[in-house]
Amino acid sequence: MTDRVGNAAAPAVEMRGIVKRFPGVVANNGIDFAVRPGEIHALLGENGAGKTTLMNILFGLYHPDEGEIRVNGRPVRFDNARDAVRAGLAMVHQHFMLIPRFTVAENVILGAEGPGLALDREAARERVAELSAQYGLDVDPEAVVATLPVGMQQRVEILRALYQGGKTLILDEPTALLTPQEVDELYSVLNRLRESGDTIIFITHKLREVAAISDRVTVIRRGQTVGTRETAETTASQLAELMVGRAVSLRVDRPPAHPGEAVLVADDLHLTGSQGRAALNGVSFELRRGEILGICGVEGNGQAELIEVLSGLRRPQRGRVLLKDQDVTATGPNRRRRMGLSYIPEDRHGRGLVLPFTLTENVLLGNVEDPPFSLGGRIDYPGIRTLTQRLMRAFDVRAPAPETPAAALSGGNQQKLIIARELQREPDALLAVQPTRGLDVGAIEFVHKQLVAERDKGRGVLLISFDLDEVMDLSDRILVLWEGRIVGDFPGGRVTRTELGLLMGGRSLDEHAPAAD
Amino acid sequence: MSMLPPPTSGDALPPANRMFGALPTVLSSLLAIAVALFAGAIVLALSGENPIPAFEALFSGAFGGQREIAETLVMATPLILGGLAFAVASRAGLFNIGIEGQMVVGGLCAGLVAAWDPGLAAVIHLPLAVLAGMVAGGFWGFVPGFLKAKTGAHEVITTIMLNYLAYRISTVVIGQEALPLVNPALQATQPAVDAARLPRLLEGTRLHAGILIALVAALAVWFLLYRTVFGYKIRTVGLSPGAAAFAGISWGRTIALAMLLSGLLAGLGGTVDALGLQGRYYNITLGLGFTSIAVGLVGRNTPFGVILAAVLFGALAAGATKMQNTAGISRDIVYVLLAFVILSVSGLAVVQQLRQAKRLTARARARTRDRAAEDAGDPMVEPPPPPRTI
Amino acid sequence: MALLTATLRSAAPLIFAAMGGLLCERSGVTNIALEGFMLMGAFAGVAGTWFSNSPIVGLLVAITVGAAGGFVFAFWAITLRADQIVAGTAIVLLGLGLTSFLTEQIWGQAGSSPGVERLPTIGLGMNVLLPVAFLLVPITHWFLFKTKPGLRVQACGEKPEAAQAVGINVAKYRYAMVVISGVLAAVGGAYLSIGDLSQFTTNMTAGRGFIALAAVIFGNWMPWATMGAALLFGFAQALRFHVQALDLPIPQDLIIALPYILTLIAITGLLRQSTPPAGIGRHASEG
Repeated sequence: MTDRVGNAAAPAVEMRGIVKRFPGVVANNGIDFAVRPGEIHALLGENGAGKTTLMNILFGLYHPDEGEIRVNGRPVRFDNARDAVRAGLAMVHQHFMLIPRFTVAENVILGAEGPGLALDREAARERVAELSAQYGLDVDPEAVVATLPVGMQQRVEILRALYQGGKTLILDEPTALLTPQEVDELYSVLNRLRESGDTIIFITHKLREVAAISDRVTVIRRGQTVGTRETAETTASQLAELMVGRAVSLRVDRPPAHPGEAVLVADDLHLTGSQGRAALNGVSFELRRGEILGICGVEGNGQAELIEVLSGLRRPQRGRVLLKDQDVTATGPNRRRRMGLSYIPEDRHGRGLVLPFTLTENVLLGNVEDPPFSLGGRIDYPGIRTLTQRLMRAFDVRAPAPETPAAALSGGNQQKLIIARELQREPDALLAVQPTRGLDVGAIEFVHKQLVAERDKGRGVLLISFDLDEVMDLSDRILVLWEGRIVGDFPGGRVTRTELGLLMGGRSLDEHAPAAD
Repeated sequence: MSMLPPPTSGDALPPANRMFGALPTVLSSLLAIAVALFAGAIVLALSGENPIPAFEALFSGAFGGQREIAETLVMATPLILGGLAFAVASRAGLFNIGIEGQMVVGGLCAGLVAAWDPGLAAVIHLPLAVLAGMVAGGFWGFVPGFLKAKTGAHEVITTIMLNYLAYRISTVVIGQEALPLVNPALQATQPAVDAARLPRLLEGTRLHAGILIALVAALAVWFLLYRTVFGYKIRTVGLSPGAAAFAGISWGRTIALAMLLSGLLAGLGGTVDALGLQGRYYNITLGLGFTSIAVGLVGRNTPFGVILAAVLFGALAAGATKMQNTAGISRDIVYVLLAFVILSVSGLAVVQQLRQAKRLTARARARTRDRAAEDAGDPMVEPPPPPRTI
Repeated sequence: MALLTATLRSAAPLIFAAMGGLLCERSGVTNIALEGFMLMGAFAGVAGTWFSNSPIVGLLVAITVGAAGGFVFAFWAITLRADQIVAGTAIVLLGLGLTSFLTEQIWGQAGSSPGVERLPTIGLGMNVLLPVAFLLVPITHWFLFKTKPGLRVQACGEKPEAAQAVGINVAKYRYAMVVISGVLAAVGGAYLSIGDLSQFTTNMTAGRGFIALAAVIFGNWMPWATMGAALLFGFAQALRFHVQALDLPIPQDLIIALPYILTLIAITGLLRQSTPPAGIGRHASEG
């Protein structure tokens, strides 16, 4: 760190005129970006703006086609992550790069185990405990990572970054999986790091986070830098406009709901999860026609299991699922689909689509056994092709032809195709799980409008999302799921983030929000 | 025999054809074969043989005249069925390395039924023997499919074990002195009675009606995979178990049935070899199972590709006999060539897929201009195949 | 006692191949090529001994050939990213074809080689490689769980992208493990041809490579448990000769089939509790 002393004015990281082309697309098209030593610098841009590419370039995973990178004023050229680490950079990944079966200490030292052949676990443990105490991270070095909650796993990643000698930490969408309280704890950890002289690059697409934690912010759009601002001197709507390139309404336009009778009922659902823990522990609720019922909660609190039980992929050990007053607990997904339950799954690529299949073949997914899709075991391909063309027009799915493989579509168009397929059945109840994950603003608006339109047609929409903002913006009623139980039930618009956050973190509303540390 | 791609209306071609176009696929398969032959020539040269006369003998043994061509088709017949068996399992996401065992039990059962002589008419006895072979092969394929569905036991291990078990059972049955249907001294069943033999198609050659059965089977498999609900289920399960679950397609049921069908086809392959070519079932290692895997791979697991690849490998087998007789080179070199073909096909396929994926992605991004710049991190192209757990 | 030594003798080649397979799979590469490596090793051992008149040279040749085979497999499975099962199948076929082809080319007779000198024995019909096999088990255990490269190998097998993210060269570690698996399986093959016997016969490994892989699965990818499984399979093989000797009323063919049946039962009955390396068959992202 003599560099820093000797060159105090130089930016900790500077990227100038970065251009990166991939076949057919320019991911980064002239990005300028400079981070002062000791600041928290937010890198703001929506999904697909080029943030990930830029960081992969900074981290040596790609070489830029044009442009220059300087670290502490010195030009660098990294060939792999190790070079970047050596220069004092460290990445805290969005999807944690931890090995679940290893202990915390093993994960932290991996790749930097020290000299010699034999593994000195004792020394590693001590060093990790020391670092953990020094930054107040409170991590047990002996714990197996798979058993730790998400917030704790993230601290392990931070710990590793520090252990490896990282002076500039890059956090890629670090709040995606955290409760609001865990986010607060993360902020205080980051503040402590800043106080001890570390530099932090905070990648996000959420405006609130920029305001809450950063000193300065650089906005990128479509692969280009559109501006760098002092955070204190800008507003959320200015940043939003910079990020999207036009004025955006941050609110979903939503007339009042007129809920009708219950269409989908969960009645005391119990299910044991994969590790023998109760994944669902007596979940009950009613979804009524004409409402959007949002379920919020931190990932891993029973959402996956609840979706599987509601959609018919799994049977609960106890309890019932009623669809239009009929007990469907023992029926599979196809029967429920025929009875009027449509399902937009969270995982577009793994569940909602068969990527190598054509659009036509994907429209068949879940429908193939029903007339008019097939008759007597034989598929009516010409008929389905016509239907696919109609759906493509109606839902603005941009693709050359129904024969295009789904893999060739952008994320937004893939999601539109799924929504088109699920809505063409005119369902009575719609199960929408993380329906906008990874989409850009335009596609998000489209999906939200569709959900509201379905509601206004008198359909029941169950929205399950880890994005608290999405749930709060769209829902007429909000439930909080925690450890397989519904721990909160609020009318939409009459509950605060803090209240929801407390419940999502397993606390009661009587408690005050915890202090920053 | 048609060498052309399937007669389909342009709008609903199977995705493999549509994605890669028939011609480049054929070309890359040919390239793979050329690479493999070249590598084989190097092996021959290194072992002190001149590869040129060896390959000449190989070629003339395969295509030198009517008899040679007929012989090529004779050798191709069980390979078409075996290759189809491999293709059907592959489409369901399974690697059926147990085709050998399924052919053994199929051939054995068909041979036993064919050797039995209650004086039935050919219209009854022949179908009965064929059915016996198909059922036995189907059962031998169903078992690993069922085990995988129920317990997750990996089909590669179970089918390999079932191969060895099939040999053992065959040896025990053929060795029974007390059983009148077998000839332990010859290590074979008694000869098939005339009513249970597949008729010869061409005098002066060994070409038999099995080739017609194989071609009909290829057509049937094509129709099944690309025109029926069951075929759709097989392909969905093979490409995306998650999407299959979403669509209410039972993974276990589908893979068990796909393996049943795969075994059925393999059993039929063993059957046509016994009832058509040999006239009885011989208890010897045929090696057809491994060749069938190569046929499936080179044929890209499409029925028509399988036919072409089977003819190619049939030619290799037919030519190798002549090569051994005239050039004095061990016909085991064919297995070496097979290994090279599998290696070059699997190596080239990957290279081609990577390039294809890039091109596909680029084209799609250029066309759908709603997002000019997309993070390269976005997985536009299917992630690598699901982990195989062995 | 005779049954015990016979069990040890049958288990030793399985242990060689199984420890190789274990390391390879722990690094995240599915390895059904073991059978091919074993056959190549068995053949190379005999060929090397025949040309040099020294079984030690034969063993070294087997090791070299195993390493070369492992390298080819690694190139396909790792660098070319070919389907590992397909590539493994090709290696098995290559082993089968090349060894029988060369047997006929070198010795002019199909099916088997002439007799050659054997590796030295240490009594009771056990050759010098036998204790080495059993020594490999603690070594493998120590390597995997007590050393830094072992930790990295495990990381590559559990989550290659995570290993890559901390700067570990995943391909390098996988290459090393695949080549080691080739060497160890080849030694297992040589054990058969120049240790237990003194000639090569076509397909003499008779599926032992696959059974070794089954032992790895049966042993839940843990060295000691894998050795236990290999001993069990070795016992089943040894039993066969003793059924003959003891004149038990069981057909010998069924006894021969016992390891296959045991494997089937093992893989279906016990696999459910097993935890294979989570990242097996997966590559780290492009980097």
